[in-house]
Amino acid sequence: MSDPTPLVDMRNIHVSYGGVHAVEDVSIDLYPGEVLALVGGNGAGKSTLIKTLSGAVVPDSGEIHINGERVEITNPRDAKQYGIETIYQTLALAENLDTPGNMFLGRELTTRFGNLDDSAMEDAARKVMKRLNPKFENFKIPVARLSGGQRQAIAIARAVHFNARILIMDEPTAALGPAETEQVANLIRSLKSEGIGIILISHDIHDVFDLADRISVMLQGRLVGTVNKDDVTMDEVLAMIIIGKMPGEVTQDELEELRG
Amino acid sequence: MSVTQAPPGETQQQETVRGPRPSVGSALRSAELDLRTLGMVGLLIVIWIGFHFMSGGTFLTPRNLWNLSVQFAPVAIMSTGMVLVIVSRNIDLSVGSMLGAVGMAIAVLQAEILPDILGFGHPAIWLIAVGAALVLGGLIGLLQGLIVAYVGVPSFIVTLGGLLVWRGVTWWITAGRTVAPMDSTFQLLGGGSRGSLGEVGSWAVGVLACIGIVAILLYDRRQRIRYGFKLRPTWAMIAIAVVGSAAVLGAVWVMNSYYLPENVAMQVAEQQGIPWPEGGLRIPMGISYPVLIAIGVMLLMSFVANQRRFGRYIYSIGGNPEAAVLSGINTRWTIAKTFMTMGMLVGVAAAVTVARLNAATSGLGTLAELYVIAAAVIGGTSLAGGVGTIPGAVLGALVMQSLQSGMVLMNVDAPLQDIVVGIVLVIAVAVDVYYRKRAAQ
Repeated sequence: MSDPTPLVDMRNIHVSYGGVHAVEDVSIDLYPGEVLALVGGNGAGKSTLIKTLSGAVVPDSGEIHINGERVEITNPRDAKQYGIETIYQTLALAENLDTPGNMFLGRELTTRFGNLDDSAMEDAARKVMKRLNPKFENFKIPVARLSGGQRQAIAIARAVHFNARILIMDEPTAALGPAETEQVANLIRSLKSEGIGIILISHDIHDVFDLADRISVMLQGRLVGTVNKDDVTMDEVLAMIIIGKMPGEVTQDELEELRG
Repeated sequence: MSVTQAPPGETQQQETVRGPRPSVGSALRSAELDLRTLGMVGLLIVIWIGFHFMSGGTFLTPRNLWNLSVQFAPVAIMSTGMVLVIVSRNIDLSVGSMLGAVGMAIAVLQAEILPDILGFGHPAIWLIAVGAALVLGGLIGLLQGLIVAYVGVPSFIVTLGGLLVWRGVTWWITAGRTVAPMDSTFQLLGGGSRGSLGEVGSWAVGVLACIGIVAILLYDRRQRIRYGFKLRPTWAMIAIAVVGSAAVLGAVWVMNSYYLPENVAMQVAEQQGIPWPEGGLRIPMGISYPVLIAIGVMLLMSFVANQRRFGRYIYSIGGNPEAAVLSGINTRWTIAKTFMTMGMLVGVAAAVTVARLNAATSGLGTLAELYVIAAAVIGGTSLAGGVGTIPGAVLGALVMQSLQSGMVLMNVDAPLQDIVVGIVLVIAVAVDVYYRKRAAQ
């Protein structure tokens, strides 16, 4: 990368739950305008790792640097203050609230008396959604009654509206149909061109090769390694995910076996 | 700024309504009226008319409705807090016992402690007593809330324990002795023959309420025009204003149709030097102070629930606690504050109840938790959390009090009344479960 200062630099992160090492000594970094794919099987520790960046989990040890400065992220508010927005796999929407209510949850717009300014929030929500999902209309009904794609759009709109500099997307397309998946892919490309750094967690190796610049692979809580997408084949990445060997270490036989 | 106003009739109903033909439901939807609330009003009317005939025409009389409104006030006041507690996926079973403990404490304070310090009948006594009720209720609620939120004991258990603890405290404050009478100014909070606004004051409040309804409708319209949102149809706005104002003025008229008892009217006449007329003097009672307090509490709590961050956070916790945490909301402190609010409302209800009874007994507030929870649930609050409205709960309180009042008029035994209340509570929850299942499909 040309920019010498990484947007995010996570060093030697450790997280353990009751003696089990969920994340063990993992270091990753992210540069502006870059998509870093974080891949690995179930239980590899991807979600836990990004939760230390989004403030949902506090690491046992390790350092997080944002723009070269060491920061302490102990709760989601800290993360948001550093321009880190997260789109969780579960979307983290309050089903009973409407679209503006969810978009501004925890960061409500208020009048000068401190009262919620619902009209202003609805107006802002309409503006963002016009860009993400122009057909979206049901701003005043609980999001429980919206479709999966529409709910996804709200979760993304929340991140976009607050001008994320660092965007974490955990399986953003898992619940979506092909057309909506393509919409999300286009959005990722456009955010990337605006200089936003994106960490993308995905199961779909095709999505990863389509969108990512670099790929970090985790296995059983450890980092197998980080590779440039252009330097590797899909099979080599699969080998990293499944048997934890870097492209140089893996033998032809093992690759054959993976192809099945 | 261009204003895009949808022509009347042309709304987005097509998306939500199956058939193209406009139905009553879709008309109500475009007017943005809540079907469930309207259903509750319908239920209330059915109950009232039913009791009126079954009790031989004694239910729908100014006298009964006035008394009903006074009795309904404490349950209504507490139900507004119970809505928020239940919305946050908690429950408070201790409100009846808390009402007893707080009521007993302020009774002792004003009847036995303050007269010795300030002198009997000192004008500040009632204020100190009310302030103490708010503080004590708030502290008890906060204590329970902190245990729920920070220690992690389920609210069901914390407040079930509280139900026993505060009932024990109620008895323990005076070793079971009844405390009476209360400070004479304090008594006005309980209604009674003097604790009312009177004719002119009641009409003034009624007219103010009508102006308020119109003002809110116009403010809402102005905001929508400002941002270019879809407007409520004009017919709906006029209908809401007319029906709302008619209901308010009708209620004031009923309250003003109940007159002071003859002996009190005579005293008033004497004080004001009015000669006692031939056929007696008919002085209207008007809206009682407990009802006025309940309405004030309802408006304040609706405002907190809908217009303040605190209320929004409670609803978000009820909808998805994990999402609330990930949004950076301090969910624990929010829960603790919710219980504190509940406690303060119990304090208000305790003051009103003690003032009305003009005494505090060790049984004060027994079973109130059942009425309050039932009021919230009948009013559309879902025990699954996340759903419920303050005006709905107040309507629910009116339903509960109407049931009780009607049964008293029909000379139903107290044990049978309990049986009916218990069954109604279970049916209300069953209806809620049914609706949620249907909505999920």
